Amino acid sequence: MVMSKELEKRSGVKTNSLTVIQAINNGLQTMLELDNDILLLGEDIGKNGGVFRATDGLQQKFGDHRVIDTPLSEAGFVGTAVGMALNGLKPVVEIQFLGFIYPALEQIATHVTRTRTRTLGHYHIPMVIRAPYGAGVRSPEIHSDSVEALFTHLPGIKVVCPSNAYDAKGLLIAAVEDPDPVLFLEPMRLYRGQREEVPMNAYRIELGKGKTLQAGEDVTILAWGAMLPIVEAAVEEMKQYQISCDVIDLRTLYPLDKEIIAGSVQKTGRVVIVHEGHETGGVGSEIISIINDTSFLFLKAPIEKVTGFDVPVPLFALENDYLPTKERVSKAIKQVYEF
Amino acid sequence: MKERYPLFQIMNKNGELLDHAYETEITVDQVKSFYYHMLRIRTYDQKGVALQRQGRIGTYVPFAGQEAAQVGSALALADKDWMFPTYRDHGASLTFGADLDRMLLHWNGRIEGCLPSREKHIMAASIPIATHLPHAAGAAMAETYKGTKNAAIAYFGDGATSEGDFHEGINIASVFKAPVVFFNQNNGFAISLPVNKQMNSQTIAQKAEAYDIPGKRVDGMDIFAVHFAVKEALERARLGEGPTLIEAVTVRFGAHTTADDPSKYRDQEEINRVREEIDPVLRLEKYMKHYNIWDGDWAATITNEIKAEIDEAIQRMESYQKPNAADMFDYVFEKPTWTIEKQKESIISTGRQS
Repeated sequence: MVMSKELEKRSGVKTNSLTVIQAINNGLQTMLELDNDILLLGEDIGKNGGVFRATDGLQQKFGDHRVIDTPLSEAGFVGTAVGMALNGLKPVVEIQFLGFIYPALEQIATHVTRTRTRTLGHYHIPMVIRAPYGAGVRSPEIHSDSVEALFTHLPGIKVVCPSNAYDAKGLLIAAVEDPDPVLFLEPMRLYRGQREEVPMNAYRIELGKGKTLQAGEDVTILAWGAMLPIVEAAVEEMKQYQISCDVIDLRTLYPLDKEIIAGSVQKTGRVVIVHEGHETGGVGSEIISIINDTSFLFLKAPIEKVTGFDVPVPLFALENDYLPTKERVSKAIKQVYEF
Repeated sequence: MKERYPLFQIMNKNGELLDHAYETEITVDQVKSFYYHMLRIRTYDQKGVALQRQGRIGTYVPFAGQEAAQVGSALALADKDWMFPTYRDHGASLTFGADLDRMLLHWNGRIEGCLPSREKHIMAASIPIATHLPHAAGAAMAETYKGTKNAAIAYFGDGATSEGDFHEGINIASVFKAPVVFFNQNNGFAISLPVNKQMNSQTIAQKAEAYDIPGKRVDGMDIFAVHFAVKEALERARLGEGPTLIEAVTVRFGAHTTADDPSKYRDQEEINRVREEIDPVLRLEKYMKHYNIWDGDWAATITNEIKAEIDEAIQRMESYQKPNAADMFDYVFEKPTWTIEKQKESIISTGRQS
């Protein structure tokens, strides 16, 4: 799906080589230009351009009435964004780190996710909550959480997690245009890792659809966000053992892409799920449930999960011991292959 | 602090005006409208308690004693303003224009009862305490963004002032000078907890100082005081001068809900004894008698009209179409996700549609 310069020439759409964070910045800018009802709210997003520079230059360009520096008040500005959404605006809020979202959980669980239901569609909340997540960048305590499963469990909100620059912009635009709330998780470890050609126009990637990154025959690997480079490294290593892997980036964690999961599992019969969130009650368990419902008789081996542990994400001296590693993923692939 | 925030009154408990400037300000039609709406919501409230006792609706939340606070504030709003009520503010919602049938359905466990008015911006009552204060700030900021002069009002009780969202909502509104009125009804109790154990502050109005916004303490049993204080705050909001915090000091005559027994935590007999003396509806009646605008025939007529209106609404509520279990899946997202579609199909196929 990566657009090459060649494609740029063919399609006539200008592309630029962008990092994930630049693609997000570009996606926000694209949407601010397209729709005056879109506002950005968050801490340090205006003058400072966000702690990761996701909103760099946007306040300058669109004004402080559209790119709003809020008080340090997660429940307050998420709640304010609810009020704006009730009144016809489309707020995109930035939670500085996913681990800082907890004060806003009440707003999310009791209003953001429920307003359409409890007003029978009279009001709805077309809000995007952006949040950098995950460990591996030596952040301070609490800054490294990966609690997507708290939100996939809540009815009324979609959960999206890109793993590359092209998907980041396309999914972000789809999320902003979605009439319902979307939690948009940004793998901060991948913010500046790789560049990709990203079209400068407004393009959308449908929510709820995964993507096959590499086609293979022997083992299905299901992952998202910051786990993909680790998965790809492990898959590369497996090639020397002639193990070929079907690598799927799920991209949306609710609703999960049942078809892509079932299609791959029914082909390979062997599955490894990789996520950095805690194991118990993680999205991986939900994926196993989908496999159980759709593909039980195709399985040739018990499904393996490689996940974060059921412990608070440790301070950074131990964060690489908490995170799934290439070694753990490789071991799991061999295990399901040799079963 | 109580001296710095004296109780604003326009009429005393005998129904006599304390400030003669209001003699020309208050019209007979206005007084009659105040009385009519207070009588209407009181009748509704009494019916609500009775229907719950008879097992015809679920738990009901009575607001008797708070009629002046709710009617006086609701009638200060303009048509395009936003109302963010709590579960005890159906008197205010009904007065501003919420649908009577729907308000009854709500107490009967029906989601249709939450459906906001088509004509007015009345949000479905907030159940989690204080969480709607930031919503009022946001809805008001959106009005400013659109360039209108519309404002928002948030209702909340004394207990709500201990919640974080009370602070966060008022703080944000004050920073952005959002056109909001934060309308507190201090009825003295948050379920069982008396206000002196809820906070060390002597008043709620004084909390406005922390945000550098006006705070006003008004007699919540004096409908004129409530009405004119809210009106002034709304005018200020429309001029772009930002939010105001109003504390309407009132009394919850009854229980927290019909599931609550207030004699467990307060001297309910004492409240019953003083009730007549402090009753906001009777106070306005005294006013009307004192200024010779009381008309017994008119009062009898509106009493009957209100009774008939509410009885008819109860009939419609009780004959409302039965709930359909499959409906619960239809308003989670604009387009149901596959998990919700699958679950809806399963409930339909197992015949659990009631």
